[in-house]
Amino acid sequence: MTDRLILGIESSCDETGVGIVRLGPDGAVELLADEVASSVEEHARFGGVVPEVASRAHLEAMLPTMRRALDGAGVELADVHSIAVTAGPGLAGALLVGVSAAKAYAAALGKPLYGVNHLAGHVAADTLQHGPLPKRCLAMLVSGGHTQLLLVEGLAHSITEVGSTVDDAAGEAYDKVARLLDLPYPGGPPIDRMAARGDRCAIAFPRGLTGPRDNTYDFSFSGLKTAVARWVERCERAGEEVPVADVAASFQEAVADVLTSKAIRAAKDLRVDTLVISGGVAANSRLSGLAAERCAEAGIELRVPRPRLCTDNGAMIAAIGAHLVAAGREPSPLDLSTVPGLPVGTVQIV
Amino acid sequence: MFHLDADVKSSRFRHAVPLTTVLVLALDTATPAVTAGVVDLTPDSPPRLLAQRVTLDAKAHGELLTPHLLRALAEAGRSLADVDAIVVGAGPGPFTGLRVGLATAGALGQALDRPAYPVPTPDAIALDAHSGVPLLVATDARRREVYWAAYDAAGHRTGGPHVERPADLAEKLSSLGLAAAAGEGARIYADVLGLAGLGVTLLDAAHPTPVGLVRAAAREVLARAEPAPLTPLYLRRPDAVEPAARKRVTRA
Repeated sequence: MTDRLILGIESSCDETGVGIVRLGPDGAVELLADEVASSVEEHARFGGVVPEVASRAHLEAMLPTMRRALDGAGVELADVHSIAVTAGPGLAGALLVGVSAAKAYAAALGKPLYGVNHLAGHVAADTLQHGPLPKRCLAMLVSGGHTQLLLVEGLAHSITEVGSTVDDAAGEAYDKVARLLDLPYPGGPPIDRMAARGDRCAIAFPRGLTGPRDNTYDFSFSGLKTAVARWVERCERAGEEVPVADVAASFQEAVADVLTSKAIRAAKDLRVDTLVISGGVAANSRLSGLAAERCAEAGIELRVPRPRLCTDNGAMIAAIGAHLVAAGREPSPLDLSTVPGLPVGTVQIV
Repeated sequence: MFHLDADVKSSRFRHAVPLTTVLVLALDTATPAVTAGVVDLTPDSPPRLLAQRVTLDAKAHGELLTPHLLRALAEAGRSLADVDAIVVGAGPGPFTGLRVGLATAGALGQALDRPAYPVPTPDAIALDAHSGVPLLVATDARRREVYWAAYDAAGHRTGGPHVERPADLAEKLSSLGLAAAAGEGARIYADVLGLAGLGVTLLDAAHPTPVGLVRAAAREVLARAEPAPLTPLYLRRPDAVEPAARKRVTRA
């Protein structure tokens, strides 16, 4: 069998992504194009993603982003073998723009359509940089919308949720704490930069859900955010200057500590020797640093895709699409629905 | 003398020959009607409907539009490759559904290398209504509001589209000198608008039809004009408020 080009379309949140990968006869997946148009700046003054603003931006960006991806890969739509699109989870109105366009591309080209899971895409993104995953591995997805531990036993076969956040996502906690510290949105990068100048042991912020009776693999970041708020307000009341760098470093340490310790614990309990960390927060320097340290101690191989592949993009959707095509999966129907609350176990909507 | 030269792009070639029949795919998702139709358009006669698929379901635009257009084409014995142009309703309409039509039309146009022409949805309804008198077109904007536009006896738009509470529109109606009303919004709010008291006749045209959509764009389609951008007529800004000062978690 010859090479097959798989197109991936992503519009679940505030990034319009179009990616193109080449699926080789041996199952190898090679990245050809990865174009993203972000509406993040339009959301900044609201302190979070405004769904309607994101949906409008997707409609404006879809065709130009597709054009750039095709030009970047040096291919035409007619060369495409299959089209994969994020069908969920995500913002309903945003998902619908990508899925509507994907259906039209599939109909116009007479090519198969695969409605895929955004979270599976995040895990698949790593295969674009580090090659095939082992038969079993643990994946930790950390972003503004998700914080989950997943047992992956074949991307096209079985993804099982091991644990997840019971309240805020890790990235959401970063955004809220950034706001407390008068740092810009999104909060991850500025807190990371500020933390580099602070003492991560300065303040002992709480580690959520780490008590003996708490669910071992679940996360909670809402209490941490409140603890930071209390600490900042106490400073302000006492007329003290808030030591922003120390607060940022100590907050970041609490997040990275809980995430990595629970991931390592799950990997050991499930007897897997590979941990993949993906999602926007995977780009955080302390998270990846601490994960590398603890994985080395535990004899676990750590895989973190480069930041560009960690954040939402179309290439990861093309990648999961390629795995489904390689596994011989039937395409999704053209009356495919978007599923904003799609569970992670459903890799493809059929 | 025109040569059939391999260097002459087909689109340029078509400029030089007398226009024959143009096959138009018409789409609209600005109302609860998920509408797809295949229409023959010629310069000298009214557009002719070959096939259509329409479903009234305000929540199914995303699911149904592409299957509908494929079924309509199949019934007409044509395929997407035969389509010469696409016409799509640009609203105003509820945002989420509205974007389905525009995203679909845009992607089809890009993949098929065919022009996609946006038309205001009420313009299509006005042409469907064939009223021959000054006309109000009102569609349901939800939140107890209507999208509305006014037309003269020839079907040219004289006002709108706007979004407004029916009671506020009612106050303006007498000054607009209308004789007929069309669109689902006019039917739903006929009493609030006081249509009967003003002697305004309620017409059947509730949702845009493929023929109405194609008529609204006929001149541009036949002239193979450069299409306008596929920009939705939102009329409302996104619901979003900038956060106020942060909430305290401890007492001051």
